Amino acid sequence: MNTSSPEKSLLEGLAREDKDAIERIYRDNYNMVQSMIVNNSGTTDDAADIFQEAMIVLFEKSKNPDFELNCALKTYIYSVCRRLWLKKLQQMQRFTRQTEDFEQVVPIEEELEFHEKRQNDFSIMENAMSKIGEPCKSLLEAYYIQKKQMQQIATEFGYTNADNAKTQKYKCLVRLKKLFFAQYKNGK
Amino acid sequence: MDDILLIDAAERYVKGEMTTEEKTYFEEIRKNNPELDQLVVEHIFFFNELNKYSDTKSFKHTLTETVAKLTNEGFISKAPLKGKAKLVYIWNRSKRTIAVAASIAGIVSIVSVGAISSYTKSKEPDTKLLVQKIHEQDQQIKQQAVKTNQIENKVNAVIEDSKKHPVVIEKEKQAPIESKFRATGFLIDNVNNFIVTNAHVVKEAQHHLIVENNKGEQFQAEAVYVSAINDLAILKVTDKDFKQLPPMPYSIRKTNAELGEQIFMLGYPKQEIVYGEGYVSAKNGYKMDTIYCQLSTAANEGNSGSPVINRNGELLGIITSRETGTEGVVYAIKSPNIYNAIEEVKKIKDYEKIKITSTPALKGTDRPTQIKKVQDYVFMIKGN
Repeated sequence: MNTSSPEKSLLEGLAREDKDAIERIYRDNYNMVQSMIVNNSGTTDDAADIFQEAMIVLFEKSKNPDFELNCALKTYIYSVCRRLWLKKLQQMQRFTRQTEDFEQVVPIEEELEFHEKRQNDFSIMENAMSKIGEPCKSLLEAYYIQKKQMQQIATEFGYTNADNAKTQKYKCLVRLKKLFFAQYKNGK
Repeated sequence: MDDILLIDAAERYVKGEMTTEEKTYFEEIRKNNPELDQLVVEHIFFFNELNKYSDTKSFKHTLTETVAKLTNEGFISKAPLKGKAKLVYIWNRSKRTIAVAASIAGIVSIVSVGAISSYTKSKEPDTKLLVQKIHEQDQQIKQQAVKTNQIENKVNAVIEDSKKHPVVIEKEKQAPIESKFRATGFLIDNVNNFIVTNAHVVKEAQHHLIVENNKGEQFQAEAVYVSAINDLAILKVTDKDFKQLPPMPYSIRKTNAELGEQIFMLGYPKQEIVYGEGYVSAKNGYKMDTIYCQLSTAANEGNSGSPVINRNGELLGIITSRETGTEGVVYAIKSPNIYNAIEEVKKIKDYEKIKITSTPALKGTDRPTQIKKVQDYVFMIKGN
């Protein structure tokens, strides 16, 4: 719609996990969010957490090619952070008041619902990962997160060849999958 | 081994690494073998989840790196902020210390302390100063954003938009008395209009003490007995407008609560009366304190002073505190302490003859009926 072009390229950079873009977004918005949270019963650590969460929300959004911001990026980030923080405040029972009185800066309910689901899935997978033990965890992380080649992994983990490493990887995957679904089905 | 082959195939299928023939063959097998297809669907789902996980994980890693860089540069500071923010920050920090102190003590009392508008008979939703603060800061921060950001118009539009909405807080300023806490209490004597609550609740009220019934009507009250030792206080409703209630539907038990007894409670953790239930989980309180018993239930700020009643309508205790760091551990003063307190009150002139009157009218009725009968006797305690 009317996302101004510098912001648009910033979002495109974000979708590519471009470090400069990420840094720019931090520089432009971090202090604003930090003062909002610190002024509302939060700490600088809370601010760091909330900002990171908002970045993940934005990252997910930016990966969608159809995504367009219909407000300034700053307003968007502020709205997301504020909503996330209010939710956290409620969960921590620092105050028990309802938040209906708060006005939305821009509505972001849909995003957050999606984000919550994603986060839930994420923590189930993380939990499963933490339970499979070594060398499975490192092996899978090397392949799926660090995106290393099988050959390199074989060398690093001391397998005789890439095929052996691959077989090991699949064995680990079977276990991970079991752990993941055990929780995933319970959680639903 | 078959499973591994299948996973391999599914992974290559998801990644689009299969040749055309292989893909056709694979899809053919899936079509003809529903059981296998089911497995493949599961694998594909799993791979998608794994990929999403990996993406987020790697993105988080990049974020952490960025934060580390900016922290090194001094752009992100963990130190207190300048100006007004600093003050709040220091307050927050000391609040943390207070919280730590409370967790060393192990328990916190559950009065809801905050600015609550009070003594107004209007039924405006009650809002904390915190809300006001957030509103104010919204405005401020947005205005700063306008200064620093090139994209003024859009932010301005947002400010305009928020200005259009009426701000609820402005109405509150007309309230004659600002209550700074909220708790619960209940009637134990319908002749003298005595209400029992916690001593730590009364301590909050240095100027005014107000009780509010579940219809929102407020009455002046004063403390006639406060004991810090067993955290009990007895208030007398002094307001002329207060209409005498029929005898209480609950009785106050003279013996201690039994382990495992089912209980319910009514209190004011929010502006309206809230029902909760649980059971007696230990005969003594925190660190074996014999004044208290331990309940397994949920209590929130504002529940201090709530009556704990069993299904026969016997009042067993008064909610006082909850354990920090543990879910659902709540402490209540045992009911015999109320009798001790009344003995003390009898020593005061004019109150020599007070007697707890009650008709055990709750036995054998269902819970909604019991609540209906009890709720008129449970009051919100406010003041400043």
